[in-house]
Amino acid sequence: MTEVLFLADFSVIKPDPGLIFWTALIFLLVWLILGRMAFRPIQNALKQREQDIQNALDEARKARQEMANLKAENEELLKQAQEERAKILKEAKEAKDTIISEAKEKAKEEAHKIVENAKAEIENQRMAAVVDLKNQIGLLSIEVAEKVLRRQLEDKAGQEQFVKSLVDEIKLS
Amino acid sequence: MGAIGAGIAALGAGVGIGLIGSRAMDAIARQPEAVGDIRNNMILTAALVEGAALFAIVVGLLQG
Amino acid sequence: MKVEFKKLSILVFALAFSWGMLLAQGHGQAQEEHGVETEQQGEHGGEAGHGGHEDGKYDPVGTVMGHIADANEFHVWKGVHLPLPVILYAPEHGWTTGLSSMFQHGHVAVDGYVLNHGRVNRVADPAFPKGEAHIDGVVAHKVEEADGKEKDVYYAVHEGQEYLLDPPSTVDGGFLGGRITSFYDFSITKNVFTMLLAGLLLILLFSAVARGYRKNIHKAPSGIQSFMEVFFVFIRDEVTKPMIGEKHYERFQPFIMTLFFFILFCNLMGLIPFFPGSANVTGNLAVTMTLAVITFLVVNFNGKRDYWEHVFWMPGIPAWVKIILTPVEILSLFIKPFSLMIRLFANISAGHIIILSLIGLVFLFGNNGQSVGGAAGGAVIGGLFTAFMNLIELLVAFLQAFIFAILTASYIGAAVEEHHHDEAHGEAH
Repeated sequence: MTEVLFLADFSVIKPDPGLIFWTALIFLLVWLILGRMAFRPIQNALKQREQDIQNALDEARKARQEMANLKAENEELLKQAQEERAKILKEAKEAKDTIISEAKEKAKEEAHKIVENAKAEIENQRMAAVVDLKNQIGLLSIEVAEKVLRRQLEDKAGQEQFVKSLVDEIKLS
Repeated sequence: MGAIGAGIAALGAGVGIGLIGSRAMDAIARQPEAVGDIRNNMILTAALVEGAALFAIVVGLLQG
Repeated sequence: MKVEFKKLSILVFALAFSWGMLLAQGHGQAQEEHGVETEQQGEHGGEAGHGGHEDGKYDPVGTVMGHIADANEFHVWKGVHLPLPVILYAPEHGWTTGLSSMFQHGHVAVDGYVLNHGRVNRVADPAFPKGEAHIDGVVAHKVEEADGKEKDVYYAVHEGQEYLLDPPSTVDGGFLGGRITSFYDFSITKNVFTMLLAGLLLILLFSAVARGYRKNIHKAPSGIQSFMEVFFVFIRDEVTKPMIGEKHYERFQPFIMTLFFFILFCNLMGLIPFFPGSANVTGNLAVTMTLAVITFLVVNFNGKRDYWEHVFWMPGIPAWVKIILTPVEILSLFIKPFSLMIRLFANISAGHIIILSLIGLVFLFGNNGQSVGGAAGGAVIGGLFTAFMNLIELLVAFLQAFIFAILTASYIGAAVEEHHHDEAHGEAH
């Protein structure tokens, strides 16, 4: 429909030195300005932020770790305290037991001693009583014998000697 | 003549890019999690094929 | 219901965009037609109009090519043009500077410079008057070249005399139809203006973001900062870190980010159909070539020993294979940035051409104003397709910026990698 040669008018494929010059200039300027002013700072800021986030995460993890550690420590402490308590209780019980048993022993001993003493006293008393009784009996027997003998015998001295010997014999037995 | 050659070049490139696209779709369907990698490689390969076709078209047009 | 509303608003948005595109082109068309009239008046009933406007007929190819081309003035609205600074250099004459408004849309020549279809051309003929001179118009003649190709050659008409117009020099070495002519154009063109705007926007945006980082130190991000952080982190985690590696990625993050956002903003501004946008910046080979060359320099200046060893004397293979492989590797050094250049250029240019062609349907179906019904049908069909294409182009704008960034990152990654020689050989070249 037209005799115009396609390529002759297709001016966009003919590189114009002016356009090349301006493209290069503008592109390099934009590169320089944006690089200096925007892209480097943005890159650094993004990196900074990523680092911040990483740090925050790390810190959170560390805090959690510490918390866990603390908890474990607390538990350890608690366990120790419990053990201590148990030990103390046990010791206390043992002490109580020894004290009681000692006291019992002592009481027993005391009682024993008292009993012993009482027994000795009783024995003494009894001895005294026996001696007294013997004396009384002697006297009584003498009286009895005197009375008997007064009636029967006049020989008082001989009789008395005889009775005394008898009484001694009794004491010896 | 040049226009016919350019047309044939475009035909070849069209088939090639179609194959790339179809295989990429298959791959994405099979592995949807790798869609980013597949897309990048698809574009790269298609661009290479297209480069060859454009080369042919330019030569075809220049020969008039 | 909510999703429905979202879909609907996207559709309305896209339609509004295509309508804006339509208006923009319509005005351009009307204006050019106006230009044709004045030309024909001034031509003493000469044989032909210029470009594709013979007999006032609509030429879709010419219109599309005109719209994707760079220009020395910025069309704003209904014949209102934003004058842009022109900086011109001719080796035999020196520098000429000024505003593009001094050419009065092609009616005045200054120092032999004439505005032809929005682009500055120069009359190299020394007979042409210096300083300001009124010209009656610009005419085109078809010339058959030695190899049988036809070419439009433009002439400025001054006092009944036709003077040959030189287009600006281009540095393609004649491969792409350009050549070094009698002058160089270092003007702030439409593309340069858009790039400046994109750069300024980027600087404003990211200074706000960086301010946020200074303000919210040790705090959660807020506002625009948290919005842009997503992109930053995405580029870092999906592009630079896996491609360049943990050890070196920080050095190249600003470069990759600048590349991505510069290309993205230029792409997106190209999609806006009215004033501050509409320039086909990344769809111009000069722009993508510059970006690719910068990438090439960055990659190769950072090449480690291992990288050069892999290029010149690939380890771990027999010697005779090395002899074959070395030229291939050296070639691939240049093919890599070349493919970056071509890919971005072709994708964006093709998008612009398709959208403009779809809009052109309105004028084709309308039979250049003869058939209102046809124009309406064209508007409906073209509008719907344009809405669809605009959405695709939006995707492409992001995708191409991303691909440029990720491929650059992978090339840098290959250059700075220090490997132990058993892995990393499966890499395709």
